[in-house]
Amino acid sequence: MRDKIRELLGKLGGLPVSVDTLTDGADLYAAGLSSFASVQLMLGIEDAFDIEFPDHLLNRKSFASIDAIADTVASIVEGREAA
Amino acid sequence: MNMMSEIRGAGLVERAREVAAVAAKHADAVDREGRFPHEAVAAMKSARLFGIQVPVLLGGEGASIAEIAEVCSILAQECASSAMIFAMHHIKLSSCVSHGLGDEWHEAFMHRIVREQLLLGSATTEAGIGGNLRNSICAIEVEGDTVRLTKEATVISYGKQADAILITSRSHKEAASTDQVMTVFLKDQYTLEQTHVWDTLGMRGTCSDGFLFRAEAPKVQILPKPFAEIAAESMLATCHLLWSGVWYGIALNAVTRAQAFVRAAARSNPGVTPPGALRLAEATAELHLIKSNVIAGIERFEDAKEDPSQLSSMGFAVAMNNVKIATSQKILSVINQAMMICGIAGYKNGTPYSLGRHLRDAHSAQLMISNDRILSNTATMLTVHKLDTSLLG
Repeated sequence: MRDKIRELLGKLGGLPVSVDTLTDGADLYAAGLSSFASVQLMLGIEDAFDIEFPDHLLNRKSFASIDAIADTVASIVEGREAA
Repeated sequence: MNMMSEIRGAGLVERAREVAAVAAKHADAVDREGRFPHEAVAAMKSARLFGIQVPVLLGGEGASIAEIAEVCSILAQECASSAMIFAMHHIKLSSCVSHGLGDEWHEAFMHRIVREQLLLGSATTEAGIGGNLRNSICAIEVEGDTVRLTKEATVISYGKQADAILITSRSHKEAASTDQVMTVFLKDQYTLEQTHVWDTLGMRGTCSDGFLFRAEAPKVQILPKPFAEIAAESMLATCHLLWSGVWYGIALNAVTRAQAFVRAAARSNPGVTPPGALRLAEATAELHLIKSNVIAGIERFEDAKEDPSQLSSMGFAVAMNNVKIATSQKILSVINQAMMICGIAGYKNGTPYSLGRHLRDAHSAQLMISNDRILSNTATMLTVHKLDTSLLG
C-alpha cells in the first residue's frame, strides 16, 4: 500500500523534492505539500483504493505522512470489510 | 444561545462603548486624513481592551471569541479603522494564546501584553507572494540562540504604531515555501524602512503601509508550533470571525442611520409611510441574515476549539470560509440599501446620514484575503469534502 501511496504522492503531491528522499514518517507539509496538492492526492487515493474519505478523516493529521495516509486508508478498508 | 448572556462582568460592553464614543469623535478626520486613530487606540489601552483575551492565569480576562467579536462590532459602528486595528491585534493574540501556552517566553510576553497593553501587528504579506499567506519567500536565519529575519513586507497594518510584530517566514534557509514559522519581534528588535504608502479607498486609518522589515531577536521568540497549524487552528478562523464582527458593525450603523432618516421623515409627515420604510424593512432582514451567519460561525468555532482535529478539518475550514464570503458580500448590498433610503443626504459627507465612509470601508471586506482566493480554496476542498445534510448538525 505504501508503494502505491508513494507513487501517487510523486505524481500528485507537487513536492519540490523527490519522494524517494522522504521516509514513511516524514512530515509531508514540511516537505512542501500544499493544501491544493493534498486534495489532489486525496482524490487520487480515493480512486486508486476505491474508497471515500469520511469527513472526520479529512484533516491535516490524516495526511501528515506516508504512514498517516496508510493508517487512514487501512482504517477505511478495515471498516468496510468488517461491515 | 443568546450571545449577550455570555458577555460576562467587568463591564466589557460598557468599556467598549466608552471607547467607541471616543472613536466616533475622530472617525471622519481619521478617514479624511488617512491617519492612525491614536485617540481611539489610547482609549482601548486605558479601557484595558488589548489584554482581554489572555487567560486569567496570566493576568488577562480570558475573553471568548464571542466577546471579542462583540467589541469589534461595537467599535465598528463608530470607526471601522479603529475596530479593524482592535480585531487584527486580537487575531495575532489568538495565535499566542492558542499556541504559546506552556512556553516560558510566550507566557511572559502575554503577561506583558496585559500589563503594558501592547499593540500587536502582523506581517504575513510579502513581495512576490501577494496575499497567499501560507507561503513565504524569506527565511529566518538561526545562529545559536539568535534569529535574524529580513522581509519585504508589502503590507504591515499600523506597522509604525505597533509595539510588537508577529511575522511569518520559512523555518530555515532550505525549507519549502510552505514550511513556515511565526516569530514575535518587539519594537526595539526591528527596523522598518517604508517602501509603500497606504493611500486607499477605505480603512484608511489602519495605516497599512509597506516596509522592509529587518530584525534580530532571541530564538525563543519563535512560536513553538509550525505556522501551518497556527493558521489552520487559530488564525484563519479568528480572522474570518473577528473581521465579520467588524463588517457587521459597519452595516449595522449604516442601517441605523437609514432608520433615523426614515423616522425623521415619518415625524415630519405624520400619517404617511415614508418611501424608504419598505427598503428599511428589507435591509433589516438582510442585516439579520449577516448577524445569524456570524453567530453561527462563532458557535462552530467555540464547539471545535477544544479539538485540534476538528479545527484542522475540511468541514471547519469550509464553514469559516463561507462565513467570510457571505458577510463580506452581503454588507455591500445592505449599505447600498441604506444609501438608497437616505438618498443625497447619505451620499453627501458631513450629514447625520452620511454613508460614504461606510461604503468605502466595507469594500475592503472582499479583498482582505481575496474572496476569489477563498472561493477557489473552498472549491478545491469541495472535490472531496461532502456537504452536511442535516439542518442542525
